[in-house]
Order: sequence, then structure tokens, then C-alpha cells
Amino acid sequence: MTDSFRRWNRILLVAFGVLTIVFLIGPSLVIVPMGFSSAKILSFPPPGLSLQWYEKMVTSPSWTAGFINSFMVAVLTAIVASILGTLAALGLARGRFPGRSIANAVILSPLVVPVVVIAIGMFSLYVRWKITGSVVGLVVAHTTLAVPFVVISVSASLRTMDRNLEMAAANLGASPVRTFRHITLPLIMPGVFAGALFAFLSSWDEVVVAIFLTTTKFRTLPTVMWEQVRQVIDPTVAAVATVLLVVTTVVLMLALVVRRQAPVR
Amino acid sequence: MSSHLAGRTPTSDRPALVLRGLDKHFGDVAAVNGVDLDVRQGEFITLLGPSGSGKTTTLRMIAGFTVQTAGTIEIDGNDVSRIPPHKRDVGMVFQNYALFPHMTSGENIAFPLQMRKLPKAEIKRRVDDALRLVKLDAYASRYPRQMSGGQQQRIALARAVVFEPALLLMDEPLGALDKKLREALQLEIMHISRQLGATVIYVTHDQEEALVMSDRIAIFHDGKIEQLGSGEDLYERPVSLFVADFIGESNILHGRFEASSGGGWVNGDPWRWRVSEAAGSRAGLGNGAPAALVVRPERLRIIPRTGDVPTGVNTIDATVTDVLYLGSTRKFELTLPDGRAAGVRQQLGRDDADWHPADEVRLAWDVDAGVLVAGKGI
Repeated sequence: MTDSFRRWNRILLVAFGVLTIVFLIGPSLVIVPMGFSSAKILSFPPPGLSLQWYEKMVTSPSWTAGFINSFMVAVLTAIVASILGTLAALGLARGRFPGRSIANAVILSPLVVPVVVIAIGMFSLYVRWKITGSVVGLVVAHTTLAVPFVVISVSASLRTMDRNLEMAAANLGASPVRTFRHITLPLIMPGVFAGALFAFLSSWDEVVVAIFLTTTKFRTLPTVMWEQVRQVIDPTVAAVATVLLVVTTVVLMLALVVRRQAPVR
Repeated sequence: MSSHLAGRTPTSDRPALVLRGLDKHFGDVAAVNGVDLDVRQGEFITLLGPSGSGKTTTLRMIAGFTVQTAGTIEIDGNDVSRIPPHKRDVGMVFQNYALFPHMTSGENIAFPLQMRKLPKAEIKRRVDDALRLVKLDAYASRYPRQMSGGQQQRIALARAVVFEPALLLMDEPLGALDKKLREALQLEIMHISRQLGATVIYVTHDQEEALVMSDRIAIFHDGKIEQLGSGEDLYERPVSLFVADFIGESNILHGRFEASSGGGWVNGDPWRWRVSEAAGSRAGLGNGAPAALVVRPERLRIIPRTGDVPTGVNTIDATVTDVLYLGSTRKFELTLPDGRAAGVRQQLGRDDADWHPADEVRLAWDVDAGVLVAGKGI
């Protein structure tokens, strides 16, 4: 009886898993064949195969500029967010100061506040400061959104780290700065790195804030896509989306590998 | 063994560590409450007590991890009360080893030397010496996770002594190891600390460990040092009911003190026991004060109820409840007239009479064997 129960359990589990995957990933995968389509407009299933949209993607200046801009903004965001996020996580984990839980809530708030609200707020400020359409402006905005990912990832690393190690380092003559440099940082590095990758991703495919803060002179890839989809329903978008998907998947895999290697102790 | 870790020559009679009126309050709770302690150069002192007695908090204050609420700490004649831990020149061995997992054992041992910016060649020489000292020369390039618990703790010990600190602190270093390994490492730690002439402050809750290793033992109770002395002092001459009860097994007879010339009596109605002059003056109890007479199990003898009682001997009736064979000794469990339990330990092969459960007997002990301490009141 238990055997058949177990078999049914297994079948249900597999079925549920497959269904989840289909619903989660299916829509993303539908886009892939559409990019290789021979048709002139976005359609599924594609009537024939062709690489013309990939060709258009790499030759059109607005697409290539979008790629370069997005990559630049995402890399800068990842760097700035991982530095700020690591420091914030340290302060929140180790510090004993009044208002610590409030600080924690504020730092993590971009996760729950609707992005469009943040975008409108930033837009009205940026217009006044005249920094819409600047790299710095978008990096600052994306960093705000990305810091929580780093804080969460680094906090998890800090929690699993043995506090005695920091005490031992102090006992052996290491100042707080050198303790951080030689002991704490190397041990939480997997968390910092994973956080940086998530920060990169959050900026790489961010569209709402980018729509508000970019101008025709400076566009990121998702905003170019958004515009293209609204104007011409051209399969290039599908080709670009596929590339976007590949980059995201690769980075995500990288993050998972880093996470897996994380447990040092 | 080695030129560099040959040991500290005691530079002066200056105490290695002086604690004065050390207090630590966590909110309303006093974890440590007025601890005074003087430790000589090269002495091995154990802080012994049940959990929550303040011994670990005291150790952490000496290391600088916890800041005292009041009182002062002097190491080697310097007041370090306000000095951060990394400037205290104190080595510490933690219960869970606290080896840096991303460094090899050689790198772990080199760490304190690098922090002190010693020349590379000097560091290498000292690390090699330290590894030889703990007999792990071949393990310099192993990571902590590739070593057994005992090996990790020896590396931690090497790391704590390699920079020749003024003081070596050990926080239940053997607590995570099994009994056999613990006993081997006890001896090794003793030998190494003696060889180095290190002053050691050792925290444990294992009284056997404390008795084996220490020159002196400080018994902690409720944030205070209840008694400080050699193992023999504590066992033979406990100053309080707590110490008598905590160290070794003891039979405790309650009553009221009756002062008289040449010692006095403890009256545990209907019994009355003579107290030796030495025991009486040590306890310094007033007439009629609640008192307890402490007698160790090996000092008690079982005699028949009917025979004559020799002079200079105290007695009380008892009933045998159990006889336990313990290899080299035999233990009798008995019940006293007031219902309390008593224990008698006999060396096997001695020509004692054989007793069995339910035998009605009498316990006897020399007056000199009884230790008088203040009682809890009846």
C-alpha cells in the first residue's frame, strides 16, 4: 500500500513540477523561435527559419547602442550596489544602534514599493536636477533598486559565519579593519559575488525606471525593445529578447554555482 | 625544543594578571559580581563552575571581548581595562577552535605574526617551531576541514602561543572532544604550557579536568569566586556548602553549631558530632548557627550497630540500600535516619566486612575527617 502511495506521490510531484516549469518558463521560450522567423512580423509559430533579424540586430545602431548602454549601466550598478550593499549588511548585522530595524526596512523598501512609484519620484527629481538621460543618473536609480539584493545575499553569508572567527582575529592582533579585510570579507565573498550578479541582472532587464529616466540620446536595451514593440512589430525584438534571456540565464547559473561553493566551513 | 618558543623567563615577581572588583551586569542581571584574582607568572589557573556562574564572562573580559561594568584588569603590570582586544597581547583558544577556514594551518599560525609585521623569514621559522611543538609538522598545508577535532585544537593552541602572549586564555578548549582524546590533550596542554612557561587561565566545568591540570582552581558561583586554592584545598578543606557539594562526592550532615573549647559540636538531633579544633576555627561559626558537616565517602567506615564505638569517632545510624562494584573500589549507598542519602567508598581488598542491602548499620568517621561549613538553616 505504501509502495503504490509512494508511486502516486512521485507521479503527482513530477506532474506538478512539469506544470510549474511550463507556466514559468514557457512564455519566455515561445519568444526564441520567433526570433528565427522568416516572417515580417512577430508571429508564432514561425512560417520558416531565417537569421535576418539577428543580422538586423547587430547592424542597427539603436540596438547595438542599447546593448552597450545596458551592459555599462548594469556593470556599474553591480559594482556600486555590491559595495554599498555589503557595507549596509555589515552595519545591520553587527551594529547596535537605535533605529536599526527602521534602517533595515528603508534599505529593503525598494523590494516592496511599486517600481512605477519610485520611477515617477525619481523622474520628477531628475528633471529638476537635469540629469535625465545620463549614465550616472540611471546607475544611481538602478543601484537603489539593486542594493536590497546584495544586502539579503550578504546578510545570509554573515549569518552563517562564525562570530568567534572575528573575535579570534582581534585576539591575535588584527584591528577591526584588518579583521574585515583578512577574515570577514574573504568568508562572505561568495555572498557578495552572488549579490553583485543579482544586482547586475536587476539592472540588465529593468524597464520601468529606465523608460522614465532615459532619453532618445541614451537608451538601454529594454527601453529600445519597449519602443520597438509599440511601433513596429518586427521579429528583431524576439532576437534581442533571446539574447537578453541567454545573458540572464548565464549570469543566474553563475550565481547558483557561486552559492553552491559558498559553504567554506 | 626550539629556540624561539623556548619559553618566557619570568621577568619579575610582578603578577601576570590582576583582577580587582570586576563586575559585569547585563541589564539587571549581574553575570560577574566583584571578582578579585591575582595570578603569578607561569601559573596554571582554572576557573571552574557550573554554567552561568560567570567564569566565561570573566575570561571574555580578560580577553577584551566584553567590557566590564566596573573594576580593573592588569596584565603584566599594565592596566588594560580600556584597551581593545587586538592590543592586549593575550592568546586565546576557543571551544570550537575558531580556525580561519580559508587559511591552511600554517597560514592560521602565521596570522598573529603577520599582524605584528614580523619579517617573513622569522614568521616561517616561528610557524615551523609552533607546528613542531604541537607535533603537527606535516600538516602545515592542510585546511582546518581536512583535520580531526583534536588536530584542529592543537593548531589553535599553536596559533595562540606562537606570538608569545603574556597570557594564554582557554575557553573549554576540550569540550567538543571525546573523553579519551580529552585526557590525552589535557596532558599535552599541561606539558606545552609548562615548557613555554606560559601563564594560563583555563575555563572548564569539568572538575576532573580542573583537578588534573591546575596549580590553583577558582570556584565560581553566582558571579563570584567562592574559593580559590589548590585541588587538595578545595577537596579537603571546602569553605562552603557549595564548594563541598560541587567538588567530588560528599556526605553532608546538617545541624546547628554548638561552640565549645577545642572545636565544638554539630547537633543534628538526635545525633551530635564532634568538630575538630582546626575545622571549628576555619569555619568560624557562631553558637547556634546552622551548620553542615562534610565527610568524603572514602573517609566513612561502616560498622555494626551493636559494637562499641571507639573514641575520637563520630557516628550515625544508616541503612544500606545498594552495593555497587566499581572495579578498584566498592561503593555503598545508604539512607540516613532523616531520609537523606549517604555514600561510602571502600578500596577493594581491604578487610572490611561485607554488607548487603537492607542491613542496619552505623557509619563512623574520625573527628579530623569532618569539615565544618555554614549550613543553609533547617
